[in-house]
Amino acid sequence: MSGDSDGAGAATHRPRRALPPGYVLRKVLAAAVMLLFVTVVNFFLFRVLPGDPAKAFAPRGRNADPEALRELRERLGLGDPWYTAFGKYLRALAQGDLGVSFSQHAKVLDVIGERILPTVLLSGTALVLAAGLGVWLGARGGWRQGSRFDKISSSLAVTFYSVPEWLLGLVLLVLLNKYGVFPARGMNDPRSTLPVVVDTLWHMVLPVTVLTIVYVAEYSLIMRSSMLDERRADYLTTARAKGLRDDLVMRRHALPNALLPSMTLFFMSMGFVVAGAITVETVFSWPGLGLLTYDALRGPDIPLLQGLFLFFSAGVILMNLVADLLMPVLDPRVRTA
Amino acid sequence: MRAAPASAWRRFLRDREGLSGLVVLILFAFMAVFADLLADPAGLDVTKATGKALEAPSWAFPLGTDHAGRSVLTMIVHGSQTTLLVGLAATVISMVLGTLIGVASGHFSGLIGGTLNRLIEWFLVIPYLPLAIVLATVFPPGLPKLVSVIVVIGVTSWSGTARLVRAQTMAIEARPYLERARALGGGHWHQMTRHVLPNVMPLVLANTTLTVSIAIIAETTLSFLGLGDPLRVSWGRILEQAHDLGAIDLNAWWWVLAPGIAVVLTVRAFNMCGRALERILDPRLEM
Repeated sequence: MSGDSDGAGAATHRPRRALPPGYVLRKVLAAAVMLLFVTVVNFFLFRVLPGDPAKAFAPRGRNADPEALRELRERLGLGDPWYTAFGKYLRALAQGDLGVSFSQHAKVLDVIGERILPTVLLSGTALVLAAGLGVWLGARGGWRQGSRFDKISSSLAVTFYSVPEWLLGLVLLVLLNKYGVFPARGMNDPRSTLPVVVDTLWHMVLPVTVLTIVYVAEYSLIMRSSMLDERRADYLTTARAKGLRDDLVMRRHALPNALLPSMTLFFMSMGFVVAGAITVETVFSWPGLGLLTYDALRGPDIPLLQGLFLFFSAGVILMNLVADLLMPVLDPRVRTA
Repeated sequence: MRAAPASAWRRFLRDREGLSGLVVLILFAFMAVFADLLADPAGLDVTKATGKALEAPSWAFPLGTDHAGRSVLTMIVHGSQTTLLVGLAATVISMVLGTLIGVASGHFSGLIGGTLNRLIEWFLVIPYLPLAIVLATVFPPGLPKLVSVIVVIGVTSWSGTARLVRAQTMAIEARPYLERARALGGGHWHQMTRHVLPNVMPLVLANTTLTVSIAIIAETTLSFLGLGDPLRVSWGRILEQAHDLGAIDLNAWWWVLAPGIAVVLTVRAFNMCGRALERILDPRLEM
């Protein structure tokens, strides 16, 4: 993020101590418990499916072939008591077996693996752009609270904060489509004469813009409020008394100290990034995990849906763990908490 | 923390942001309540549509028509009923769950408090949309879709409130008057309802308006993904149909723009009221 390179170094000269092993262990354990709870929920929710669960899991629903249904019942452990079935489920999970998606005619794990990259490309780009831009906007607005820049930027931020990502995408598409400058669908155009990389970038412009605008709103609001908290601190008076330019006081001293909430947000907002990916990929037919979720939902392709829920949850829990372990290293003030 | 209700209300009316949010909300509430008078409900029936398909806005159809020739304005007026109903009902579920679990997790120590706290954290961390999709998929099909959407949103959105309430409960429990209540033999129930709850309520109320805006976004998002009630028109449902039936390729901008603006205006108005309430109830923010 911006300011990290020149700012943080100037503010903290203390050597970075390693984290206490007890803390690390506690956090890892908490994440493991959460993950376990996700698998429990995932298992039991889909077992209470209305009607015969085997039929919901089977490719052709009610008209499924009886032989296949019997096999599926055996696999899901529907005849067994719940603890045997849950044991079966956990064992299969440990081997990376998430079942077979019938809408994609492939193993769930393979289907998910194929779609990760497009989603990371789209959401990752938007997230990095939004974090950088949001921190800059929020810091500037908060530093000069009440200025015209602040008023306009925070009013815009509150507005875009109220817009669901997909709605912004839909409106943008319907307004721009008739000009035909930007492609409305997909990640590549097979008829395109451009090199693949350029073509993909070209397809990314609209969805990334939409996601960035919505995420910037969040980052700038958070950054603005932490800048407001920091603005009157005594060390800033000292910095000014030394004769530093106002701009430098902000960049070198206030910004690094106010950056923590935004950094936490970067990792902690993954749940919302997932939601944004699902809806925006649906609007732009971007072939990632989000569109896959939408397609699975239409079936509904239960095994795929189950796998996606597990995957998304595990990803978010992992990012939270990273935040928990990284924050105290980056900012020693967190350690007391 | 607690301002007297009358003076808080006066300060809310003096707050420009809060007041303009309130005015917008009153207008939309008016529209939802008098929907049948404002626009003939027969206009929602595909077979009785009076316009041509996909007409651009005109005097007869101020916001144009959809694929079946229905007036988009009529659909927005009637859609406000479902959207606001789902948003408000889900908020009630979310606030009750959040307050109960938040107070209980802050009040009890040991196993109960710890377990409840883990539960709050779990719901905070788990991505809400995949969870909502999964819940909506496994919801008993016997119940009306409308109920399923309300319950799903309520159950997935209470954790933020619970965390807030929990922190506030713990702050209050440390004060001397709770020590006094305990010394006089007040039970858990007495402590929670008579001492903690009244002090937590202002915070909960300020949080309510923000929760409504989250619930409305969730409602439109779930409808857009096809999980809403297919028999009722709502803003999300209009947008879903517009997307599915190719409004983008047909350049039918009115079909998307008008319901979209309605969603954003409502959500933003709730947010403005929420921010104003926060300013009034939390003097620390006044600088």
